[in-house]
Amino acid sequence: MPVPYRVLRAGEETPGTVTLELVPEHVALNPFRPGQFAMVYAFGAGDAPFSVSGMDGDRLTLTVRSAGAVSAALARARAGGTLGVRGPFGTGWDEPAGRDVLVVAGGIGLAPLRPLVRRTVAARERYGEVSVLIGARRPGELLYNGEILGWREAGARVLVTVDRPEPGWADDVGVVTNLLDRAVFDPAVTDAFVCGPEVMIRVVARELAGRGVPAERIRVSLERTMHCGTGHCGHCQLGPLLLCQAGPVVSWARARHPMSVREL
Amino acid sequence: MTATARRFLDALPAVYRERLLSFARDRSFTAGSRVFDEDEEAGLFWILRSGRVALDAQVPGRGPVVVETLGPGELLGWSWLFEPFRWHLGAAASEAVEAHEFDAARVRAAIEDDPAFGLAMTRCVASVAIGRRLRACRIRLLDLYGPANGAGRRGPP
Repeated sequence: MPVPYRVLRAGEETPGTVTLELVPEHVALNPFRPGQFAMVYAFGAGDAPFSVSGMDGDRLTLTVRSAGAVSAALARARAGGTLGVRGPFGTGWDEPAGRDVLVVAGGIGLAPLRPLVRRTVAARERYGEVSVLIGARRPGELLYNGEILGWREAGARVLVTVDRPEPGWADDVGVVTNLLDRAVFDPAVTDAFVCGPEVMIRVVARELAGRGVPAERIRVSLERTMHCGTGHCGHCQLGPLLLCQAGPVVSWARARHPMSVREL
Repeated sequence: MTATARRFLDALPAVYRERLLSFARDRSFTAGSRVFDEDEEAGLFWILRSGRVALDAQVPGRGPVVVETLGPGELLGWSWLFEPFRWHLGAAASEAVEAHEFDAARVRAAIEDDPAFGLAMTRCVASVAIGRRLRACRIRLLDLYGPANGAGRRGPP
């Protein structure tokens, strides 16, 4: 059963994308880990799966891009409104165990990675190099602009590239893989975390594996049609994986083959 | 797609790397300065040591539109290697740049004189500069970050 959560704050990230901060109206769900997802109900519109983009005690943060009936309803949510939430579901990002940390995000894929980045920069002294590579379509579609400076100040090397620059854009232009040469990491002792459009994930993961990052240490977050969240309905099947339970975060060692099979 | 060294000199066998660098001189560009313009003769080329260069195309009514940026280790310019030896795009330093600069005619003459050096250079330019940028271009053509795909993340809206 969905648990009622109240919208504490709703802020526009970019045109069509909002970040919602939620608090439980009565009882909170079990704590979410970075990378896990929730089934979110916009009453009267339906439910859909969303990765959590932040968690702080009982509070949950979701970043939603308006693309269909449910997400559009969520994007219209305002402070004081009520949503239903089920979860937490699926696997999350493992805590980095290697010396260096490399995060690669494309578009809205930065949302599931945000809690991981925040946790990593908060414990910056535990790691060697921390690089966050972000790709977006346009400068105006970059998420969390207000936070990126803080990540840099905390010691992360944050590099940003866009496909279509706008006047005044002074950062990089091109695909996110172009940034890999300027990220500092030792492949053998790096934990990599990748989320974004599936083609981007494949290209980045292959590039990282080709540079010597062990496939088990490249984690990717995969998008499929999550529905029940409990591994019963099969909507989210990717070859041998039911991603609502075995994923969404899986290692490249497990994802590489099914992601290379047509029609999966 | 396999991993490919973007750093041009790393991809060149050591003996030919030294050969190429024997033609190099140091060059600096201040932030904002033009390196070359579209359709000019491609008489020089560069390997960036630091800084960033933006490749651009002139679009009527919009001025120079940046299509890609290049960073340290990358080859700036490949039109010098192929006829008609004219730049297809323009380039400007988007921040202060330090580079190895090469006289294209001298390097082409060395390539003509030594086919093995020529083969190594041509393979390197084709793989590291042209091939890689073509693959990147094709990925961008897919407009992966566009709104057609997914809502917040995990599936149907």
